[in-house]
Amino acid sequence: MIPPLAPTPTTDEEPLLSVRDLRVRFHSRDHDVVAVDEVSLDVPAGRNVALVGESGSGKSVTSLAVMGLLPRRGVEVTGQVRYRGEDLLTMGERRRESLRGPEIAMVFQDPMTSLNPVVTIGVQLDEVLRRHFDLPRKERRARCADLLAKVGIPDPVRRLKEYPHQLSGGMRQRVLIAIALACEPRLLIADEPTTALDVTIQAQVLDVLAELVADSDAALLLITHDLGVVAGVCDEVNVMYAGRIVESAPRRPLFAAPAHPYTVGLLGSIPRLDTPRGAPLVPIPGSPTHTRPWTEACAFCPRCPRADDTCRSTPPTLEPAGDDRRRRCFHPADAPAPTAAATTEEP
Amino acid sequence: MSLPVPSVTGADPVAVGPSGTDEVGVSLGRATWRRLRRTPTAWVGAALIGLFVLVALAAPLLTPYEPASTRWAGEVSTTDVPGPSAEHWLGLDRYGADMATQLLYGARTSLLYGVVSTLIGLLAGAALGALAGGAGAVGGRVGAFVDATIMRVVDVMLAVPSLLLAVSIAAVLGKSGTAIVIAIGAAQVPVFARLLRSSMLAQGRSDYVLAANALGLRRSRIVMSHLLPNSVGPTIVQATLNLATAIIEVAALSYLGLGTPEVASAEWGRMLVAAQERFDEAPRLALLPGIAIAITALGFTLLGEALRESLDPKSRR
Repeated sequence: MIPPLAPTPTTDEEPLLSVRDLRVRFHSRDHDVVAVDEVSLDVPAGRNVALVGESGSGKSVTSLAVMGLLPRRGVEVTGQVRYRGEDLLTMGERRRESLRGPEIAMVFQDPMTSLNPVVTIGVQLDEVLRRHFDLPRKERRARCADLLAKVGIPDPVRRLKEYPHQLSGGMRQRVLIAIALACEPRLLIADEPTTALDVTIQAQVLDVLAELVADSDAALLLITHDLGVVAGVCDEVNVMYAGRIVESAPRRPLFAAPAHPYTVGLLGSIPRLDTPRGAPLVPIPGSPTHTRPWTEACAFCPRCPRADDTCRSTPPTLEPAGDDRRRRCFHPADAPAPTAAATTEEP
Repeated sequence: MSLPVPSVTGADPVAVGPSGTDEVGVSLGRATWRRLRRTPTAWVGAALIGLFVLVALAAPLLTPYEPASTRWAGEVSTTDVPGPSAEHWLGLDRYGADMATQLLYGARTSLLYGVVSTLIGLLAGAALGALAGGAGAVGGRVGAFVDATIMRVVDVMLAVPSLLLAVSIAAVLGKSGTAIVIAIGAAQVPVFARLLRSSMLAQGRSDYVLAANALGLRRSRIVMSHLLPNSVGPTIVQATLNLATAIIEVAALSYLGLGTPEVASAEWGRMLVAAQERFDEAPRLALLPGIAIAITALGFTLLGEALRESLDPKSRR
């Protein structure tokens, strides 16, 4: 059962995007992989929601499943993805295509490969406008230049005539953001929009993104592995591990008192200004491949400092814990640590 | 895919880059042209092709004689084919025509047959390939079916040996230049179709196509503006290389007697056949058209290879 989400304090109406029990299974000839399971999350209109996790935790697959962009062959998507009351998973391909752009748009991870190399960025911006709006050529032109200016690209009129390879990575990511925002979508899904960029540019691009999203009243589903990025932008945070959400909470309580040991670990591995200089960062032991299937145990237990026999034998469920918070843990960090049992190794 | 801009030296003013002062849009085509200009083999190939085309076009101006004439047939005896002289720089051929004239007009025939047949192959092949590749890349389940169907038809075409195809077409249409051209063109269709389809399918998996999908662009638009422009490079190169083979094949098919039935016509392959019987007394009769074929084919091959390298954005020239 999915724990009911407490209604958002501002509005009682249905959230813009509501994902329930999303499950994505890839099957190949010899084995199946469940990349995403039991994922339920809400993106209320105008709010910024984060989906956080290590690489391989299923964040990108979740976003592609929401967009309906996963290949059809060998992929099984079940559950519900309701966008303004319509189920994106069951609607026709045509209807879905018409939603992409003006309703839901997406910014991809790698600005180096997400632009067509042989077409000018002006044309790439224009074709989106031409697809979704009935505007005369001249107005579209002006709008393209406008969009580039909005994302902070100087001399936009000249830039429109340039090819992607003539722009730096940061510029290209700005162009991708401009293209995604061209149709003023109500929901923007940004899949690691800053990972391919260097740190100084990351901050700039993130600022641009957050500002434009705020200005246009769009909602943002930000997918990232970087809790630092989340802290600056998002209202609500969902933490994913091995394909399932392990903790979800509003931003402040999450950062103030993380409940799931994995969230604690993620926070512990970020450098902070308020810890003494030279203090070592605490990594999460093990690697994301060091995991157990969710069906028989807590997938995080091999890496968890608080794990005990319960964790190694019973799959935990996502439980509500007041204040809009949910967690999938038997021994959350805000509860007393389990005793001697924690040290007994599994046979 | 990033397109590294070639480092530009000296006088060339089109220095580009994010920090360049004089930034001009540099398309893949223009970048290719710039790389091509710096490739010596491209120049050699272009020069050979230029010479070939020039000769083909200006043949009537270069020789005072008519092609395929038997004006001097009396001078050719059973034991002797007259060699080079002041009147006939390359001598006469076995039917008594001026050898030089035959060679010059032969260039005309080869160019016409080669270009037309390659165009037939290119247009038909690219159309089939684009349809299959586009359907396969963005058409979903129906598209995959369309793709598979077209490609099976192409496979069938591929299974028929081109020579057999040529013979059959000649059998239907009768011995003529047209039969040769159609046969050679038809034999090229599968090559172009497979090539374009496979590069379109490869491009179909790229991030920018996914991104275009995420923006709700129509599939026809994705095919025309994203898949095709990124996939035509190899096909164009193949066309250049195929011109060389086409010219050789024209010669081969006329050598086999599938071309025009007129024995003395100014056609290089035809001339090789005629030379066979007189090879002992006058080896030049075979050597000269042979050399002409080889040089022309070499020109197209060199240019084609240079073009392939230049179209590859990763090559740094």
